[in-house]
Amino acid sequence: MRFGTEIVLVGLAAFAALAAAGLAQDSAFQAHMWVLFFVLLGSAIVLMRNTSFAPEGAASIPLKADTDGYMDGPIRYGVIATTFWGVVGFLVGVIVALQLAYPDLNIEPWFNFGRTRPLHTSAVIFAFGGNALIATSFYVVQRTSRARLFGGNLAWFVFWGYQLFIVMAATGYLLGITQSREYAEPEWYVDLFLTIVWVAYFIVFFGTIMRRKEPHIYVANWFYLSFIVTIAMLHIVNNLAVPVSPFGSKSYSLFAGVQDALTQWWYGHNAVGFFLTAGFLGMMYYFIPKQADRPVYSYRLSIIHFWALIFLYIWAGPHHLHYTALPDWAQTLGMVFSIMLWMPSWGGMINGLMTLSGAWDKLRTDPIIRMMVLAVAFYGMSTFEGPLMSIKAVNSLSHYTDWTIGHVHSGALGWVGMITFGALYYLVPKLWHRERLYSLRLVTWHFWLATLGIVVYAAVMWVSGIQQGLMWREYDSQGFLVYSFAETVAAMHPYYVLRALGGVLFLLGGIVMAYNLAMTILGHQREEEPIGGTVVQPAATIQNAG
Amino acid sequence: MSEKKDIDEVSGVSTTGHEWDGIKELDNPMPRWWVWTFYATIVWAIGYTVAYPAWPLVSSATQGVLGYSSRSEFSTTMDVVSAQQADLRQAIADKSLEEILADETLRRFATAAGDAAFKVNCSQCHGSGAQGSAGYPNLNDDDWLWGGDIESIHQTIAHGVRFAGDDDTRFGEMPAFGDILSADEIRQVAAHVVSFTGTPSDPALAEAGAQVFADNCASCHGDNGQGDITFGAPNLADAIWLYGSSEREIAAQVRQPKHGVMPAWQARLGDPTVKQLSVYVYSLGGGQ
Repeated sequence: MRFGTEIVLVGLAAFAALAAAGLAQDSAFQAHMWVLFFVLLGSAIVLMRNTSFAPEGAASIPLKADTDGYMDGPIRYGVIATTFWGVVGFLVGVIVALQLAYPDLNIEPWFNFGRTRPLHTSAVIFAFGGNALIATSFYVVQRTSRARLFGGNLAWFVFWGYQLFIVMAATGYLLGITQSREYAEPEWYVDLFLTIVWVAYFIVFFGTIMRRKEPHIYVANWFYLSFIVTIAMLHIVNNLAVPVSPFGSKSYSLFAGVQDALTQWWYGHNAVGFFLTAGFLGMMYYFIPKQADRPVYSYRLSIIHFWALIFLYIWAGPHHLHYTALPDWAQTLGMVFSIMLWMPSWGGMINGLMTLSGAWDKLRTDPIIRMMVLAVAFYGMSTFEGPLMSIKAVNSLSHYTDWTIGHVHSGALGWVGMITFGALYYLVPKLWHRERLYSLRLVTWHFWLATLGIVVYAAVMWVSGIQQGLMWREYDSQGFLVYSFAETVAAMHPYYVLRALGGVLFLLGGIVMAYNLAMTILGHQREEEPIGGTVVQPAATIQNAG
Repeated sequence: MSEKKDIDEVSGVSTTGHEWDGIKELDNPMPRWWVWTFYATIVWAIGYTVAYPAWPLVSSATQGVLGYSSRSEFSTTMDVVSAQQADLRQAIADKSLEEILADETLRRFATAAGDAAFKVNCSQCHGSGAQGSAGYPNLNDDDWLWGGDIESIHQTIAHGVRFAGDDDTRFGEMPAFGDILSADEIRQVAAHVVSFTGTPSDPALAEAGAQVFADNCASCHGDNGQGDITFGAPNLADAIWLYGSSEREIAAQVRQPKHGVMPAWQARLGDPTVKQLSVYVYSLGGGQ
């Protein structure tokens, strides 16, 4: 490996400069250390761009190289960023879970739960999920449109701009800069920058569709496009705010009171609907048929469930505000639209699972297919649980409890996580022109670690959430509350410890994946017995059927 | 790219004739159960919006044929409980604390009600088991700073301790002896205080402290450190310590005493809640 020692040393020195800046006693020294940090950081990047990790004889693929005329550079970067931010996000998740179980781990002021919690949610949703969506959408839109990405280097701006947004958001949280809007915590100037990046993303994606050489737009691209357009609208409206000063971090929302709350949950629920559902359905509609080598089950179903999904989802937000100051009529509408959303959501599950009919035997031999099937199964479960929890009678028990946290994680770990892992395992050998992954057996390890982690997590949160809800509402025969709030918190301790354990398993799976993908990228192949006693078809050779 | 429809070999179903990067689509119909369940949810949704407040109009919204509102649901629930409790609450408001304690039914009800009110208002400082913590008295023992009979407890809860907003609040403050005694004298008196219940680090020091104690402390804490509830002066001759039992902690409290504050609850909770709280706290460690 060229420059290996140098990169490590320069990186450590850069970190030391950063620490010195943080600990500086006077502003001149602090500024000086910042300068040093950026110089060293720049040097480390330059060195890393000139390094090579490949073993003897393995062809090294330049990160920026095109494939068959398709622009794959930003996609390779995106795949690496997705893996990196995924592991970071899972790690912070384990830390916040432990902070809840052991409050002494809250380190004031930078690393208390109030700051690490948005760090975790943003790292997983926006850094891991967002990079996965951008990278896969760039890959899918080029292949299914037979067109190179529109806009030239604009795709690079999208990639690096998005990373800068992530870094600004994450450092802002730790410094205590927040709008206090859930999943929209970054302040006004970071929001403005993200808007620019997002418009560039839209131009690249939509421009590529416009110059496609196929007569029709593939279903995956409908979902990706609805995700990009709707997120732009949600982001702009929810973040309408007036800054206190052009040189200050604080701003005030344009909305007040219950209007503000409803705007926030209109945003928050559709972040789930269009970011974590529609976007990842786009991913599913490409990678499942490709990995299974089967046609999509039903074209008609895909049309109907797509339009029903995007029409109904946007109205469901008020179910986050049941039994609040929100008027009853809005609560009712939020609830009934959530119920009607059940089948449109399940349309995606049916199309995903039924696409595998005729290829069920691959479940035995292909752990990547197994991951995708589990993802769709968790998608189906969460999109049933969601409408269920939106029913007011259920919500009066589940709201504000850990049940909600468990619901979110069966969607985030099970659906978003697993479908992304499947896509990454598919993409890496393709993008780096490797015959196969470094090890399919490690994929199996990842599958079981992640599955076990999700099951532990979700089951524990169901039990703790329902217990919590029942304790809050427990009255004795004379009409008096039985438990103090502190007693209900204390009762959660064993569940919080178990939840952290589930998170650790999921994190371990993520680390196994990162290792497997890194070795594949570097051109290594592990000698191992094929799974299921048959010769495993390497993903690369299934190709070129069309 | 082929626009021609062909038959999928595995399923025998025709494709739509579209193809993208090798992906084709089958021309399967939508599953019937899916379609009918979707219709059913729509029909149910329409029915529900007729029954409940739902559709926004220009300046109001449809109220629903059932006449439901979450506000009235809440107030109805509360009214039912209030009606059940009304007689007992009235009796507690009308009777004296002694009378409440003497009546088995009233005492039980007041204790349960006080327990609930304690969890919401008092457990933050005194702990959910009323066990207290450093600086916050344990209410389960029979060591009472301001008296443990029912009237004294009621007075303390109603008007608080050192609470600026209440003229009847309990008030007593120990002077900061750091300004009055020398450092040696403070060490001596701390050793002497320890000797009431334990073994001081240096018996000679404790002996020297006896005179300092008699001159400066006995007027409130008593000759033998037994305390005085008139001033809220703690008993120093038992094993219960609010700010720590070591010589170092006692010396610190002599030098610059900490004084806890408890809010006055009468103005916030009123009767009968304060009476109920008194009965509950009395049931823990009251009576003396």
